[in-house]
Amino acid sequence: MIAVENLHKHFGGFHAVDGASLEIAEGSITGLIGPNGAGKTTLFNVIAGVLPPTSGRVTMAGEDITGLPPHQLFHKGLLRTFQIAHEFGSMSCRENLMMVPAAQSGETLWNTWFGRKRIAEEERALRAKADEVLEFLTIEHLADQQAGQISGGQKKLLELGRTMMVDAKIVFLDEVGAGVNRTLLNTIGDAIIRLNKERGYTFVVIEHDMDFIGRLCDPVICMAEGKVLAKGSLDEIKANEHVIEAYLGTGLKNKDKIDA
Amino acid sequence: MDFLNAIVALSNFVLIPAIAYGSQLALGALGVTLIYGILRFSNFAHGDTMAFGSMVTVLVTWWFQSMGISFGPLPTALLALPFGILGCMALVLITDRAVYRFYREQKAKPVILVIVSMGVMFILNGVVRFIIGPDDQRFADGERFIISARDFKEMTGLSEGLAIKTTQGITVVVAVVAVVLLFWFLNRTRTGKSMRAYSDNEDLALLSGINPERVVMYTWLIVAALATVAGTLYGLDKSFKPFVYFQLLLPIFAAAIVGGLGSPLGAIAGGFVIAFSEVTITYAWKKVLVYLLPDALEPSGLVQLLSTDYKFAVSFVILLIVLLFRPTGLFRGKSV
Repeated sequence: MIAVENLHKHFGGFHAVDGASLEIAEGSITGLIGPNGAGKTTLFNVIAGVLPPTSGRVTMAGEDITGLPPHQLFHKGLLRTFQIAHEFGSMSCRENLMMVPAAQSGETLWNTWFGRKRIAEEERALRAKADEVLEFLTIEHLADQQAGQISGGQKKLLELGRTMMVDAKIVFLDEVGAGVNRTLLNTIGDAIIRLNKERGYTFVVIEHDMDFIGRLCDPVICMAEGKVLAKGSLDEIKANEHVIEAYLGTGLKNKDKIDA
Repeated sequence: MDFLNAIVALSNFVLIPAIAYGSQLALGALGVTLIYGILRFSNFAHGDTMAFGSMVTVLVTWWFQSMGISFGPLPTALLALPFGILGCMALVLITDRAVYRFYREQKAKPVILVIVSMGVMFILNGVVRFIIGPDDQRFADGERFIISARDFKEMTGLSEGLAIKTTQGITVVVAVVAVVLLFWFLNRTRTGKSMRAYSDNEDLALLSGINPERVVMYTWLIVAALATVAGTLYGLDKSFKPFVYFQLLLPIFAAAIVGGLGSPLGAIAGGFVIAFSEVTITYAWKKVLVYLLPDALEPSGLVQLLSTDYKFAVSFVILLIVLLFRPTGLFRGKSV
């Protein structure tokens, strides 16, 4: 689905992503773990087109998508969420969802004035879809609330809902579980599994909660210092000595061994 | 009777001029606030954008007048206004392509864009003066008054006259129509919602598939329309003089900041706050007080708090007070 080849992202002298290569299989829920500062979020940002890579290549289903702007990637079905939930604060939750699907008739100035009927129909369909999504996520009671005022965990659900408004192919979730209580985290996990099974979404999940990763993800990729350390099932990863070393903070003493 | 006379004098010299001036400022501040909210910089070239749009309107008005086209009792400038708006739209799209887009692609900091807009301001300033000259230009025609002071006196028998200029009436009507259209557009249309979304959270808007260049283009088009309308109304009400629009920048920015940068509702409120303070503080209250106070207390001076020469100081003081005590403005815009 997605292949990343020898990707580098440098900020001045700091190599946030330092030659990462990985592949995401279609239909999988891949976990991306690693200590803080391992370059996970930067990797996401480069793949999602927020940051241009210093060098390297990203392909999606064989097509080169390196450095495409986010809104074009969106139309190819590549979506992401943020570590700190983003929302359009001054709009209601329903409006937040209705913002998402692109290429609506209301987008051209001509239709704004002369295609009122068609827009109204589209809006009605969108509204129904948004309500459906809110129900799926069990937050239908928040439909008319301003998105800026709902809780952090609910914002995370709303972010997930955003990906459901279009036919996403692959969704990058950046720490969906951060600052979310156990019950809500389970709701999020359920939603991810259902989307994966029922709609065939591919997910890539950055997460620090190992129980959550264990429940959802196979395979799991571990990053440290901008490189991919290991890939495998969670148990394999946990047993990997390099991974343990990276997490315990001794750093990478034997870099060449890993690169090999 | 004295009390009625006092009210009429107050309306004539304070309320009506302030409402008209406030509407013009509000339209100007709306443009500034939209640019700030969506493109994220303070556009110093806004005053001269107004000047350019009005200049095109003036030129087209003269052309219409020379061909004998008129709009009955209304000023011909209203007919020319759509052409002015189109001219101004062309101008802002060209400056955006030639100048701002480059800096947007570099992801330049807002402060750099501010300086860039100052460069654009100086160039526009020169262009407008080069084309139409630095002097006062008259282009208003049609009926001068809706009610003249003499008619009013005859109608009511009061000794104070109340005059409503046609341009003042038109200013208020056009401003109301423009604001209604703008709010309908921002709140009800898909494009308007994209603009609000982009203003709310740029990153998320991009990742929601909103095309930034499109949002930017529509923003400029709307701003050009607002600027031309505001500039033309101001020109009709006072007179057209390129330098005046440059000076208007201060009250316009004050209005946008007082209301809360990025908040359209705030821009309107701010416009009226600034206009009313400016007019009430620089008005000579003697006339009103003479009617209201007993003879013994009649003031001997003009009771003018500040000479009109200092009217821009009023905006400055309000600006400082707001920035000190409520930096996000009345309507909680983005802090400066």
